[in-house]
Amino acid sequence: MGRTLAEKVWEQHVVRRAEGEPDLLYIDLHLIHEVTSPQAFDGLRLAGRKVRRPDLTIATEDHNVPTVLGPISDPVSKTQVETLRKNAAEFGIRLHPMGDAGQGVVHIIGPQFGLTQPGMTIVCGDSHTSTHGAFGGIAFGIGTSEVEHVLATQTLPAYRPKTMAIEVSGELPDGVTAKDLILAIIHQIGTGGGQGYIVEYRGEAVRKLSMEGRMTVCNMSIEAGARAGMIAPDETTFAYLKGRPHAPQGEQWDRAVEYWKSLRSDDDAVFDKVVEIDASALTPYVTWGTNPGQGLPLGEAVPSPDSFADPVERAAAERALTYMGLTAGTPLREIEVDTVFVGSCTNGRIEDLRSAAEILRGRQVRTRTLIVPGSMLVKLQAEQEGLHEVFKAAGAEWREAGCSMCLGMNPDTLQPGERSASTSNRNFEGRQGKGGRTHLVSPQVAAATAVTGRLTAPADL
Amino acid sequence: MEAFTTHTGTAVPLRRSNVDTDQIIPAVWLKQVSRTGFDRGLFAAWREDPTFVLNDPAYEGGSILVSGPDFGTGSSREHAVWALQQYGFRAVIAARFGDIFRNNSTKMGLLPVVLPGEKVEALQSAVEADPKLEITVDLAERQVRWAGEAVAFEIDDYTRWRLMEGLDDIGLTLRHAEEVAAYENGRQPWLPTTV
Repeated sequence: MGRTLAEKVWEQHVVRRAEGEPDLLYIDLHLIHEVTSPQAFDGLRLAGRKVRRPDLTIATEDHNVPTVLGPISDPVSKTQVETLRKNAAEFGIRLHPMGDAGQGVVHIIGPQFGLTQPGMTIVCGDSHTSTHGAFGGIAFGIGTSEVEHVLATQTLPAYRPKTMAIEVSGELPDGVTAKDLILAIIHQIGTGGGQGYIVEYRGEAVRKLSMEGRMTVCNMSIEAGARAGMIAPDETTFAYLKGRPHAPQGEQWDRAVEYWKSLRSDDDAVFDKVVEIDASALTPYVTWGTNPGQGLPLGEAVPSPDSFADPVERAAAERALTYMGLTAGTPLREIEVDTVFVGSCTNGRIEDLRSAAEILRGRQVRTRTLIVPGSMLVKLQAEQEGLHEVFKAAGAEWREAGCSMCLGMNPDTLQPGERSASTSNRNFEGRQGKGGRTHLVSPQVAAATAVTGRLTAPADL
Repeated sequence: MEAFTTHTGTAVPLRRSNVDTDQIIPAVWLKQVSRTGFDRGLFAAWREDPTFVLNDPAYEGGSILVSGPDFGTGSSREHAVWALQQYGFRAVIAARFGDIFRNNSTKMGLLPVVLPGEKVEALQSAVEADPKLEITVDLAERQVRWAGEAVAFEIDDYTRWRLMEGLDDIGLTLRHAEEVAAYENGRQPWLPTTV
């Protein structure tokens, strides 16, 4: 019987397999940031342990950093960032601090340096590590105990998750993006639908996505409950990687590509579960509730809790409408927002900024609009393309790189009762600031919404 | 890690689904660099509501949280586990858990117990009817018991053994350091380093 892509990559990384034990899995790349690492480094120090492979480890400052120039004003955030600097120096780990040209959101910088490659195992103390699966590796988020484990051993004990194929047939219509696709998938399978699985996204619509789009899709696998999401590498992947600072070169490049081409699910591979979705039927998607499964096409209305047959879902919808301050039956297009956020590890890459700029060019925003590039290199590239001038002329704020309003650990937050259209990944209660209300959208819908002040598709302008 | 064999205590019924880790411990609490003091941040936003179940004196001292499905979804923050433990919880019972949260729990000795949805609801109702109801979570027997009910739960042998012994994963893995070194010698030559 053939093997799935996930099985191939997993098997390649098994250091030790014993009856009645989880596999011991080798980790090719460990990404670190300031929030989930300090207690792990403390653990190493207490036990007198070293970092086994600092040369397979890289750190950045992203969650706490302000996106306006200047020092960190919050003393607690400042201590956390300084703690990472001290730990990176003590244990010999490469760090991209604030102000460094390589600094940025942890899931943006791995791919941009070419450190994220097909067939690798990648972990980080951050659930959106699934992003890196877009290159055809197994990438997943871990907690601080496991961060310490990887630092000490460069391995993790783990049971191989089951495999799920999400077959996306057809082509995405014009104006419908990777973000709309993943929001539609999460709506279809639910926030628990992927629990216990590694998802492989397949099919015509997935093959036609750019690497940026594939990263957006894989990024939100965790919002469907999946541990990881992945896409088989192809020419799009190789073209993205070629020439990047850490990509293989010369003869090694040829050998690598030859191997990478074998990284696809065999035709006779059997998945534990298969889900099908028709891309050609999709329209722009937005969320109305407080979990990412509570989404609908923009053309629809806020649902009535009574429309949910399952009592648990009905109760969740009732609670969500109260929190969100919404009334059943209100057309989604009539929902007014106070703030628009374009950025995050979901939609903070150059392609996302280009698509937002295209809509804002020659128009004016009616809401507070934050444009936060995912990394300093994305920022530099956008400025070379003149996108920052487009944003500024439209009245939007052009910021420094960081996680920013995705989770509001820095000063970029919503006030209680404020409502945002956000290109980030979570619409949880209070995610963007206590009492804040979040609608997840694509960069295109975010930009169009900034222009009208209501949830809007670009085609409506 | 704190060992877990069997625990008897009272419960707190949390009738909500999709209790994500941002609710369990909001991001503002994650700026700490120590492992302590997270109990104050547990469900920080929800606890501002006087009618929230943790503010109900009837459930004071509860050490078993009985939640709706999809508990611990979202962010990988292990701080959610620390907050629950430091508040006094030893086990969480739900029909479904977020994968990372469940993993983090078993690294720290907080027992995540998966029971069928109807059994979770029955237990919640029983606790609401009698908040002092004694519940036993028995990892050795893989069973939850209350008021004459005994419901089995599944957990793999390895994780159960590790929890019952309170074993540190890193120590276990370091016993295999030679196998790790042997694997490293065979890694593909083009794989990147960060230097």
